[in-house]
Amino acid sequence: MKKLLIKGGKVVSPADDLNEELDLLVGDGKVTEVAEEIDAPEAEVIDATDKIVTPGLIDMHVHLREPGFEHKEDIKSGTESAAAGGFTSVACMPNTEPVVDNATVVNYINDKAKINAKVNVFPIGSITKGLEGKELAEIGFMKEAGIVAISDDGETVMNSELMKLALEYVKAFDLPVISHCEDKTLTENGVVHEGYYSTVTGLDAIPAAAEDIIVARDIRLAEMTGTPLHIAHVSTKRAVELVRDAKARGVQVTAEVTPHHFTLTDEAITTFDTNTKVNPPLRSSEDVAVIKEGLADGTIDVIATDHAPHAWEEKDVEYDYAPFGIAGLETALPLVITELVKPEVLSLEEAIEKLTVNPAQILSLNKGSLTVGEDADITVIDLDQEYEVDANKFYSKGKNSPFIGEVLGGRAVATIVNGKLVMKNNEIL
Amino acid sequence: MSDTQVSFKHKDLLSLKNLTKEEIKLILDTAESMKEIFTRKIKKVPTLRGKTIINLFYEPSTRTKSSFDLAGKRLSADMMSLSVSTSSVVKGESLVDTAQTLEAMGADAVIIRHSIPGSPHLLADTIDASVLNAGDGAHAHPTQALLDMYTIREKCGEIEGKTVLIVGDIRHSRVARSNIWALNKLGAKVRVVGPPTLIPPQLEKMGVEIYYDLHEALTGVDIVNILRIQLERQESGFLPSLREYTKFYGIDEEVLKLANDDITVMHPGPMNRGIEIMPEVAYGEDSVITDQIPNGVAVRMALLYLLTGGERVEKAAN
Repeated sequence: MKKLLIKGGKVVSPADDLNEELDLLVGDGKVTEVAEEIDAPEAEVIDATDKIVTPGLIDMHVHLREPGFEHKEDIKSGTESAAAGGFTSVACMPNTEPVVDNATVVNYINDKAKINAKVNVFPIGSITKGLEGKELAEIGFMKEAGIVAISDDGETVMNSELMKLALEYVKAFDLPVISHCEDKTLTENGVVHEGYYSTVTGLDAIPAAAEDIIVARDIRLAEMTGTPLHIAHVSTKRAVELVRDAKARGVQVTAEVTPHHFTLTDEAITTFDTNTKVNPPLRSSEDVAVIKEGLADGTIDVIATDHAPHAWEEKDVEYDYAPFGIAGLETALPLVITELVKPEVLSLEEAIEKLTVNPAQILSLNKGSLTVGEDADITVIDLDQEYEVDANKFYSKGKNSPFIGEVLGGRAVATIVNGKLVMKNNEIL
Repeated sequence: MSDTQVSFKHKDLLSLKNLTKEEIKLILDTAESMKEIFTRKIKKVPTLRGKTIINLFYEPSTRTKSSFDLAGKRLSADMMSLSVSTSSVVKGESLVDTAQTLEAMGADAVIIRHSIPGSPHLLADTIDASVLNAGDGAHAHPTQALLDMYTIREKCGEIEGKTVLIVGDIRHSRVARSNIWALNKLGAKVRVVGPPTLIPPQLEKMGVEIYYDLHEALTGVDIVNILRIQLERQESGFLPSLREYTKFYGIDEEVLKLANDDITVMHPGPMNRGIEIMPEVAYGEDSVITDQIPNGVAVRMALLYLLTGGERVEKAAN
């Protein structure tokens, strides 16, 4: 494999405590040298002048849809979408068909990823068989096959006893439990956040309390069992507060937020655009304000997309009939820069931390740094490039974005995965 | 009518939220000219001759559908109806595909009733024809609210300064929401009363005073608009029983005495007499419930004219 020299960029790597202009040499899939001025005539040069060079971005919450829903996305298109968005690793959720609840499906995903994936794919196994919330899935076998966490994402294990058992059982396999927090008895038929805009639109509502209740329950269970718990897509004010309090008590809990939940409010639903239909729903401006506080004070550790691609015709229907979800991989970094970094909610270092080393630590991935000898997963970012979101240019099969037509500033211009340049200037190579 | 400058610039009528006071008044004034036609020996004008108007009903409806039908026919439009049981909707054709078909048939306007909020918006985004919302879930029922405004104006004169009370299941009511927008724009004071389980969150931000006690709510009221209570609300836990609902929120002659002397009683229909409204109130001297029916036809004629007649028809109803 040809060596790569990333030249003249500002290296921002929180894991390595780096924030300075440095050159970076890559060979044999690893970072081989990080220094002020590297001369390597044999290497292919990537000019990163005026650009930011970071460890490859990690998205710990995506839906690649394969197997079973390849019309929405597959491992190839989903990982191309990731690479286009500057991500070098993704963790994919198990709500496929069949569900990732046994080692065979994990092996299938890993085999397909070896052939088709543009970025590293880390499967997440389910907590319960078939996501049914009744019996534990074969977590041990799945761990042997390579899962990095367990989650019934999309569903909540409503039986508290079973959730407790899952948190206990998983200790033998050193896996974190990722919880999608939604009290289903409060959200039946609900499609939007309960508040002023659900009243105005007449759409069935999902109260914030549905999330808060399960966040509180699962924090308590994690505290009891001592198992690391990760709260997926936090969207409410109280959930942020619960996580903050739990961390202060020393509970092993971490949390993520999606770009759409820190960018949009429930006011967006008044257009009835089904691209605003997402679970958890877009919340009130008060929730969004507290989420930004939680990002700033470190309560929220991770920014993850919950990339949920759907076919066009599935979203081009009445609001209630449309599936939940937003295709987020290709707008995530631009939204982080536009909504968080430029308005100084987060420093660039803090934002990169939440997109690299933090998710790596939660999932125990040997990723997220630019230390010599580590995997050469690298993202080059142009903070100043402005562009208009055009879903037709997405590599994802899912064009379901509420940001279509928005002008965002800042995006990835090169993505290097295991020493190989896979995206340059928004083109997949 | 010939003096009226048509200046209704919308392609569709989806909700009253985005209409101005002047636009609402224009609709009501136009409806007044339309109502004059009802007094003629031949209750029909050629205004919309050659126009194709389609009723697309995804939910059962008797009065709204027939009211639109009659409105279109009195303006000489070609009226067609598609309902769930007679169209490809049962075969699972999507709304968007059905819309394309209707457009290809040359529809000038499509009237849609649907159980899901926002469905008329989806239709309006899909086709060039005008879309009239005949009720979408709990979101909006603009023509009902406009006929209610017309009826209030006819009975009480100016709407501005009047106090209007809406009684019942506000949470699930598109009629209530559209009335609240219209009444606020026209300068009325709006109150609602009902069991707390049937009042949606943050409703006060739409510009209403919320009451849970009927006696308190009725005091000083000029107009009371009584909503139909759906019988299934009991099963889904919103109410313990209809009997209890009637006891606390049913409107009878006795409780009506708390309102102002010249109280006007309205109901969008269909009524559950003996539950939310007592028969003696429904057909009493304060009731304008039967007046609401022809006013509905007049208002819908006005809307069909304003949306599809446009500038092409100079002398509308003459």
